[in-house]
Amino acid sequence: MSKKKIVEYVSELARIRIDPQEKECLGNQLSRIIDYIDKLKELDAEDVIPMRGLHIERNVFREDKAGSFESKKSILDNAPLREGDYFKIPKVIE
Amino acid sequence: MNKLELSRALDIAEKIRKKEIDEGEVYDSYVKKIEKVNPSLNIFVDVYPGKERLQGDSPLRGVPIAVKDNICVEGKKITCASRILKSHIAVYDATVIKRIKDNGLAVIGTTNMDEFAFGSSTENSCYGPAKNPWNKDYVVGGSSGGSAAAVAARLVPMALGSDTGGSIRQPASLCGVVGFKPTYGRVSRYGLVAFGSSLDQIGPITTNFCDCAYLLNIICGFDERDSTSVKIGAPDFTRSLDDNIRDIKIGIPKEYFGEGLDGEVDSAIKKTIDFYKEKGAEVKEISLPHTEYAVATYYIIASSEASSNLQRFDGVRYGLRTGSAKDLKSLYLDSRKEGLGGEAKRRIFLGTHSLSSGYYDAYYLKALKSRRLIKNDFDRAFEKVDAILTPTSPTPAFKIGEKTDDPLLMYLSDIYTISVNLAGLPAVSFPCAFTKGNLPIGAQLIGREFQEDTLIKLGYAFQESTDYHKRIPELDL
Repeated sequence: MSKKKIVEYVSELARIRIDPQEKECLGNQLSRIIDYIDKLKELDAEDVIPMRGLHIERNVFREDKAGSFESKKSILDNAPLREGDYFKIPKVIE
Repeated sequence: MNKLELSRALDIAEKIRKKEIDEGEVYDSYVKKIEKVNPSLNIFVDVYPGKERLQGDSPLRGVPIAVKDNICVEGKKITCASRILKSHIAVYDATVIKRIKDNGLAVIGTTNMDEFAFGSSTENSCYGPAKNPWNKDYVVGGSSGGSAAAVAARLVPMALGSDTGGSIRQPASLCGVVGFKPTYGRVSRYGLVAFGSSLDQIGPITTNFCDCAYLLNIICGFDERDSTSVKIGAPDFTRSLDDNIRDIKIGIPKEYFGEGLDGEVDSAIKKTIDFYKEKGAEVKEISLPHTEYAVATYYIIASSEASSNLQRFDGVRYGLRTGSAKDLKSLYLDSRKEGLGGEAKRRIFLGTHSLSSGYYDAYYLKALKSRRLIKNDFDRAFEKVDAILTPTSPTPAFKIGEKTDDPLLMYLSDIYTISVNLAGLPAVSFPCAFTKGNLPIGAQLIGREFQEDTLIKLGYAFQESTDYHKRIPELDL
């Protein structure tokens, strides 16, 4: 994929719109950074187990207990657009 | 006020306890000073006038404390220095905030930072760059630059920061204060806005190791609300305030003294090594052979985690939403375009790319393997030594604007601090010298996991024999 195509593709995946001039600048910066991190390709790590956690490499579970929560209003007050106790978004279903 | 500025937080608390000074007056005098100094340094983003009634007691009761703008203080603005959160009000107290309030400290305001903690200079902020109190033309470091500068300028006796790749230690180094990153899992991150969840850790920024130990006692401990918080009792860190360091083994990694290291920093660290030798510590050269892969490994892992964590900023439930969006996808695309700054976009793009199908194995998976090799290097080194001494940053503070056009150059500012986060270890930066131009230089000590006490001991011993930590910048307002 070309530099420009990659930026367009990632922009779509990351859900961030970019301007045509941003595309060029971001593309150049990213390709420089990617050239640098490509350094990892020289590292022989075929048999190394990927490190997926720090002290304990497994998931941590807890009881699923219901508790009381007093801050419903504060959460809704932070909403950019709401109707009553609902977050309001554009129509999703055609 | 002048006398207060020279005092440790612990001494201020003692004067309050003995009723030599009133805690309300202490608070107000700091607010006044912040209001006077801040317009020229841009260190604070929010200040809370009028102290709230303090709950609880501790040796730090009554001490004002500043908080990085990515930690939730209930009912106060939390913006992460991002346009996308500019009007957001925290709904609850972070666990660290609850702990400091329960111990009678007074939260005085929030400090400037790189947007979502992405940066090493506090220039990537929607509030504009913070300025270094030692010289206004220079950066404060980052991303907890506001917290480090606030303590350095004595605008507050202590502060909290967060450290994902050096964000407490590097600004502490550039501002001449003590910045401590505890072991991963030692301090709860509940209420810290997530950046790199496998790397993030909250820690104290203070002028000295004594205050640092007392604040660590307050913030460390298990919290069921952070699943990575470790169920291991924290010791009383103040018991390590003891300058007998005889026979402690300190390793000097040869890979940290190569190309790119500033000459003045190099000689300052060598003098620090000599100090420890004279004090009776055993100093030996060690090797951390995978150091050269650390920056690449870190930027893949941290950016991947960031791209995932920042998906929540979509303009639906909170944060900025652009008005024109007609469908849900445009709402996401436009809100994120408008709300996020340049560095945040770069990191999200890099992370999304590293995790995307076709690139995952070559980047993200390879970085996880490299991370294990970096961790193994430390494990091997700590079989021979108790602590590792390095520079914190390859250079002293650089000029504002000097690295903003070159993101990669900026990333290399973290070259000595990021391995510590990859390995989950505790580390601290403390002032060990000043340049000819009167800018602070920091030394970094790295410890075994959950052995913060060794670092406190070594740092305390250095401060007992030197006065770099007592120097205060003359503010040119």
